This record gives sequence, C-alpha cells and structure tokens, in this order.
Amino acid sequence: MKTNQDVATSESAAVEKKTRERETVLVPAVDIFEDAHQITVQAEMPGVSKDKLNVQADRNGLLIEGDMEIDMSTGMAALYADLQTTRYRRCFVLSGELETERIEASLKDGLLTVRIPKRVEFRTRKIKVNVP
Amino acid sequence: MFENYFGGLDTDLFEQFRRLESEMGQLFGHSPWPAGIRAVQRGTFPPINVGATAERVDVYLFAAGLDAKKLDLSIQQNLLSVSGSRRIEANENAEYYRRERYDGDFRRVITLPDDVDPERVDAKYRDGVLQITIQRREATRPRQITVS
Repeated sequence: MKTNQDVATSESAAVEKKTRERETVLVPAVDIFEDAHQITVQAEMPGVSKDKLNVQADRNGLLIEGDMEIDMSTGMAALYADLQTTRYRRCFVLSGELETERIEASLKDGLLTVRIPKRVEFRTRKIKVNVP
Repeated sequence: MFENYFGGLDTDLFEQFRRLESEMGQLFGHSPWPAGIRAVQRGTFPPINVGATAERVDVYLFAAGLDAKKLDLSIQQNLLSVSGSRRIEANENAEYYRRERYDGDFRRVITLPDDVDPERVDAKYRDGVLQITIQRREATRPRQITVS
C-alpha cells in the first residue's frame, strides 16, 4: 500500500515538473522582414552560445531554441530576477515557397539571424509596364 | 533533454523565487511586498537579474547585439546605473512583419546591498549578456568563530 502511494506521488511530481518547465520558457523578441529574395528572422537570445543553440526547419515550421549559459558562482541567491528561466523557445509556421533546405543561421552577441531564401520561381520580379 | 542552468544549482534560485512570487500573487492578487522606488514595470529593456553571495554581487543585463564600448556604467555608493542605446538599422528594401526588438535609449538603476565596495567593480560582455561583478566589503562577511 505504502509503495503504491509513493509511485503515485512521484508520478504526479514528474507531471508537475514537466508542466512547470513548459510554462517557464522565454519567448525571444523577434524582428521579421521580407525582401525580394528571402525572409529574415532576427531573434534575441542573450546568454546563448553557439553550442547551446538549436535551429531546426522542415517544410512546415521553424523552431528556434537555446539554453542560456550564465557565469554564476555556486550558492548564489537571487536578489532580483526579471528572467526566471534560462530556456528560450519560439516556433513559426513556414509556407511552401520557402527553401527550407537552404536556411542559414548566424549568432553574434546573443542575436540570432536566420535567413530563409525564397524559391527562385517565387522571387519578386519587377514587371515593366510598357506604355505605348 | 536539456538541463536548466540556473536550476542546476543547489538553490534552484530563480525557480524558487518565481514560485514564491506566484504563490504570493495567488494569495493576495498581487505581490504583497512594497515595490522598490526605482523598480520598473515588467518587460522593460533590458531585463536584469541580480544574484549575491557572501563575497560579491553579480548583476546580469540581458541585451543582445550591444556595442559594449558605448555603454555608460556608473556606481555611486550602492547605486549602480547602466545606460546606453541600441539602434536597430531598418532594412529599407524589406517589408516588416514583426518589430519586437527594442530600438532606442535605455537606462536602468539598480539598488545594491549597502555593503558593496564601489571601488572593486568588473564588467564583461559575452554572448549578449553584460555581467557586472561588485565585491562586497570584507568586514561585513560572515566570519567563522571557533570555540576554544
């Protein structure tokens, strides 16, 4: 009987932990703009180094994910905290005219830049209007 | 799959702080503690965290893509102020869908514990995080007393 109770408690604890993790994701602020050739996403992820960054794209979506690595001494107590977690995550839905195989990403000073090229046939062409 | 780095520490410090704050919020409808006179509303750029040990106080400013040389840091007694500006040059030939990144001047003033030593301050900027370390005065550190 005792054992059963213990199992139940640990299960609910695990679920609770998972829910809490989901709640405490930081949503990076982004700028998104489009020009004739590509769509550019710039996301702010201060504290994330190249090895802790995960950018994934497939036909349907773009996932940006990263973990902050902060130089902290052990036994540090928080006096004040605007940010209360270290995980960033944000997703976007992509559309078919984007060439997801040729996405490029770069990271500098915590600023992630993702460039998603448009397929050649979808690039904007200037149409010249002939005036007779 | 991922480790939470703040949470990886024994104290699990920011998580505890957040939980305590939300529990208090549920009880009272808002934080029962009086807000600091220099406290700003949530979402102010840049977000900061402040952590302390017996030896030092660390202030973290989360600001990606800054020119660290142009930052203006000053400390007067236990009052630390950081100001600067971040200009985001707009792409003229592009059409914008989202513009969430902060563009402009910023200033934040942080009240530190009274025993910090304003003469011993270090600052470094890495991966978009400005970390300012202020040492605390020796005299106020807890001292081990041996019973003879």
